[in-house]
Amino acid sequence: MSTHVVADSATMFRRNLLHMIRYPAVTIPVVFTPIVLLLLFVYVFGGTLGAGLGAGGGRAEYLAYITPAILLLANTANAQGIAISVATDMTEGIIARFRTMPISRSSVLAGHVFGGLVQSLIAMAASLVVSLLLGFRPQASGAGWIGLLALLVLISFAISWLSVAFGLAARSVESASNLPMLLLLLPVLSSGFVPVDSMPSGLKWFAEYQPFTPIIESIRGLFAGHVETSDLLAALIWIVATAVLGYMWARSLFQRRALR
Amino acid sequence: MTSTLAPAIELAGLRKSYGEHVVLDGVDLTVPAGTVFALLGPNGAGKTTTVNILSTLIRADAGEVRVAGHDVVREADAVRGKIGVTGQFSAVDNLMTGEENLHLMARLHHLPKDQAKAKVDDLLERFDLVEAAAKTAATYSGGMRRRLDLAMTLLGTPSLIFLDEPTTGVDPRGRLIIWDIVKGLVADGVSIFLTTQYLEEADKLANRVAVLNGGKIVADGTPNELKRLVPGGAIHLELADVAALEAAAMLFPEGVRGDDDLSLRLPSDGGIVALRRVLDSVEQAGIEATSISVTTPDLDDVFLALTDPSARKEPVR
Ligand SMILES: Nc1ncnc2c1ncn2[C@@H]1O[C@H](COP(=O)(O)OP(=O)(O)O)[C@@H](O)[C@H]1O
Ligand SMILES: [Mg+2]
Repeated sequence: MSTHVVADSATMFRRNLLHMIRYPAVTIPVVFTPIVLLLLFVYVFGGTLGAGLGAGGGRAEYLAYITPAILLLANTANAQGIAISVATDMTEGIIARFRTMPISRSSVLAGHVFGGLVQSLIAMAASLVVSLLLGFRPQASGAGWIGLLALLVLISFAISWLSVAFGLAARSVESASNLPMLLLLLPVLSSGFVPVDSMPSGLKWFAEYQPFTPIIESIRGLFAGHVETSDLLAALIWIVATAVLGYMWARSLFQRRALR
Repeated sequence: MTSTLAPAIELAGLRKSYGEHVVLDGVDLTVPAGTVFALLGPNGAGKTTTVNILSTLIRADAGEVRVAGHDVVREADAVRGKIGVTGQFSAVDNLMTGEENLHLMARLHHLPKDQAKAKVDDLLERFDLVEAAAKTAATYSGGMRRRLDLAMTLLGTPSLIFLDEPTTGVDPRGRLIIWDIVKGLVADGVSIFLTTQYLEEADKLANRVAVLNGGKIVADGTPNELKRLVPGGAIHLELADVAALEAAAMLFPEGVRGDDDLSLRLPSDGGIVALRRVLDSVEQAGIEATSISVTTPDLDDVFLALTDPSARKEPVR
């Protein structure tokens, strides 16, 4: 009912950015975890796993293969950061103050979502730069890069709403990272690190149908310059569904907590 | 002057329980606009719960609650547009500086930039926070935090302000600053709903005081009316000599003799009728009294007499 949804959300977004700068203890691991995993996978497992990709496979091929999954790991690591920030924020008295003011109810949550989006874009950019330094050479066209950016922003946006809901659902700050932990496993159990065909049958079935596989295939396709429409469509459906679910869940949790 | 305005607060049959625990068991109150109302009660009496319901933070189980003329549930946003709240627990952003906290409020109230700056600077000045303006609130002392909290509340120019124990944990200097600000607000026509543990504070600031105990309002009136409700008041007579003291003691057998200072202490409500009766009796009996004075109980006596003794032993929260 407030007519200032955009202005209030922008104000809350500024507040979250300031928090990130003043208290980087949440942002730093989000940026470095995927980079460390990238180096680990490429240099420790890269030779062997690369050979498993097929004829002529090696470390360089494996780098190209896992870069999309690393970008998603940056996203899911960020989910923990957002959930912890939200859970911490809910214990602060200032949230009670916001609730006694005539401001849009979702602006507090939107501030966390957009703050999380920025954090995730920073983490993904950092990982991509490291991957390029290690020798990753994407074949994407100009339009392909725009599509890639759009897709990554949408994914971050959807996961941010879900993470805000996780943070609100947590009973304490300590337990806020439990639900996003499950999210962190999903890229690993997808086509992100090894081809689905190499997995045992039960796992293979899960990996084929879980949301991260079409998302990873789409990113991989965009990097390579030829994306499958069916992958892209499946990815978009999953992303929109996650965003809508996350938004509605977060809103209802925030409302309920407001009334106690 | 304010008779045409809707009352600042109208409460009827307010009830709230947490599970089996009944906190508010039918509270009725009316606070006229432009006045200061103080709610007293022992720890756990339900003062904060009442403030939370009035300020739209939580919902009552039953009862009619209107704030600034609006229903707190159906017209919550209209209520929020009129009120300012300084809760019992600090509501500042610890990672932001004092100045940034105030600017955050200015932005949420959609003030134009130049107006915001003028207002923020003025509040920093009035609340003695100029030096601390650029430090993060996490480094503030309890008193500074309280002052910043109140300054943030004032940024929206509310017509009704809730202050839940505004001076608890504040040093005497900070307390004086806050009292002065409250008096200034009242002079500007703002209504204040205050809860406090300090009876002196209620006595100094409030037009009306209510005591909340056992989920109900057990007393309600001006500070002076409340003081007359309880025993503890007395009329002190000082007599010219021992003979006069003897005579007065015969006249008022309930009096307590002070042989050292030739005085007689008569328990009384301290009202005019009682005083006149004593004066008349003394005069008719021809007793020579040198002076007469009245002591009334202070609000502490009222509080102790009206509230549940077991509740008072609870530790301060
Ligand atoms: N969220 C809650 N859940 C359960 N009990 C509560 C809750 N909030 C307050 N109470 C209880 O309600 C009673 C009144 O609390 P409160 O309004 O804070 O009292 P006061 O402010 O007068 O000290 C206390 O016994 C307190 O323990
Ligand atoms: Mg309280």
